[in-house]
Amino acid sequence: MKLYEFEGRQLFRRYGIPVPGFEVVDSAEQARRVAEAFPGKTVVKAQVLVAGRGKAGGVKVAETPSQAAELASSMLGAEIKGERVERVLITDYTEIARELYLGIIVDRFKKAPMVIVSSEGGVEIEELARKSPEHVLRIEVNPLIGLTDYQVRKAVMFMKLGGGLAEEAGRILRSLYKLFVEMDCELAEINPLAATPDNRLLAVDSKVIIDENALYRHKEFARRVEGSGLEEEARKLGFTAVELDGDIGIIGNGAGLTMATMDMVKLKGGRPANFLDVGGGAAEDVVEKASRLLLTHPRVKVLFVNILGGITRCDEVARGVVSAYRSLGVDKKIVVRMMGTNEEEGKRILRDNNILPYDSMEEAAETAAKLAG
Amino acid sequence: MVVQGVTGRQGLFHTRAMIKYGTRVVAGVTPGKGGQVVEGVPVYDSVEEAVDMHRQINTSLVMVPAAFAADAVIESLEAGVKLVVVITEHVPVHDAMKFIRYASYRNACIIGPNCPGVITPEAAKVGIMPGHIFKRGRVGIVSRSGTLTYEIAYAITAAGMGQSTCVGIGGDPVVGLNFIDVLEMFRRDPETESVVLIGEIGGDLEERASEYIRETNYPKPVVAYIAGRTAPPEKRMGHAGAIISLGAGDPESKVRAFERAGVPVASTPSEVARLLRTV
Repeated sequence: MKLYEFEGRQLFRRYGIPVPGFEVVDSAEQARRVAEAFPGKTVVKAQVLVAGRGKAGGVKVAETPSQAAELASSMLGAEIKGERVERVLITDYTEIARELYLGIIVDRFKKAPMVIVSSEGGVEIEELARKSPEHVLRIEVNPLIGLTDYQVRKAVMFMKLGGGLAEEAGRILRSLYKLFVEMDCELAEINPLAATPDNRLLAVDSKVIIDENALYRHKEFARRVEGSGLEEEARKLGFTAVELDGDIGIIGNGAGLTMATMDMVKLKGGRPANFLDVGGGAAEDVVEKASRLLLTHPRVKVLFVNILGGITRCDEVARGVVSAYRSLGVDKKIVVRMMGTNEEEGKRILRDNNILPYDSMEEAAETAAKLAG
Repeated sequence: MVVQGVTGRQGLFHTRAMIKYGTRVVAGVTPGKGGQVVEGVPVYDSVEEAVDMHRQINTSLVMVPAAFAADAVIESLEAGVKLVVVITEHVPVHDAMKFIRYASYRNACIIGPNCPGVITPEAAKVGIMPGHIFKRGRVGIVSRSGTLTYEIAYAITAAGMGQSTCVGIGGDPVVGLNFIDVLEMFRRDPETESVVLIGEIGGDLEERASEYIRETNYPKPVVAYIAGRTAPPEKRMGHAGAIISLGAGDPESKVRAFERAGVPVASTPSEVARLLRTV
């Protein structure tokens, strides 16, 4: 789960990582008042989760509090790369002498936290790593031992900072690692970590992604769904959905199988409207809710259900699909492929309701594509 | 083997299925329920007690809720269990990093988390896959998926071939055994003649596996399938590890990597079976 920049900054503050003064506002008037409290220029930053907000005009310098109010006004309610701006951050303008990069990620291959350091901050780290790998240092941290002093020294020496700043950078790295572990982060990034002309270090931007699987132990972050209405509804009902842009609704049991179903429909010339995984052992009511969700979606013309039942029972699935279909009385087509536990019973229920069950995933996908036109 | 979480709904269902399939499930563990007998299996309060009473235990299947999974795994490792198969989904990644690292220090092996387990058809299964879909044969399968694995196994069985052993490594971003580890095992397994590798979007395990296949001149034919080739970027497709982001995990890079390694990539599950006949 991505955190907004202001949430990241609040966490940085909590962990003792220096950040420029800031406040989050949701009106132009508040923006003006907050800007007035700062000594000089301020920066108005749209609080959105999409990448590339700077280039899309979501970060602007305000010379005066009036300008801050104007900029806030133009950003609030507008969309940046498809995401509506609900809040903006008003922050103290920081003079930057040097930009560094400091980040920590979960390295999937090493199965460990990876500290990434660069003396060239302010740019896309993946690009930098590709173009000039000699400017990027990676340090693998033992998840059982944690970040060691010698690792901190190595990182700080790589940043080539003078005396006082070196110690401060070390302290910031330690704090960032503590945050990374305690907050169950997938990523915690300071880009840029700015060195100011008056010899301070400040985290000018913040990017933090928290492991969704750990949210149960971080109740302060109310589970947020960044996604469309369909995705949010699905989340509430207990399954996973991703909205796409086609007209064939897709339900499967198991993420891999559902992805494969989506791929196959595309291969057969169809346009998937979504990905929806009901998971293992889904009962009739879950399947009914999922079917209902897709059958009532304006774009969906055909619903394709693909079930390979192990712990999932085909008869439960059939009942769920039929229940939704009959109660809605919509003029949409349904294609079902089912195999596995109780498949004979499941197929019987479908046939009794004029839904022809398929054995072959490929044939079913082809039919679904044809029906959608 | 011992089942941790044996008295839960999933625990009971799958313990019964495993026993029926031929797996030697000798004990179960659910703290607080020690003394009971479920599905003919004695339940203990701790893995230590179970291992004490049944010295032959060398494997554990973990089916406890995500918040307790790390504790369950570490408990098994401390009791000397050498293979821990973690079925549980939604295990926090920081927990996984810790217990996987710990397992390596105990010379133990973790499979998963968020995996369907391992099966050697007509012999035993440590997991939740439906046994009847599999048939004993000579194709080894290693996969990040659950039900997609069954789909492809079914296609292989339907084509008159069979599986030697099938390993589900799990759909999470950080897992114990990865593709390379299992490919190594298949290389040394006299019962495996060819290998099917089922990958997904997200991460770079497939790319690394391709590199390994190329660099070792992998001696057995491999066929691959990648799920999620039409998935949009930056969206998590069900599995915690199935996301194209931070500049990595893109499916076409995986396909290219396999092709460079001489591994044909099937476009459909049934094509996997067809390709197996030609490699």
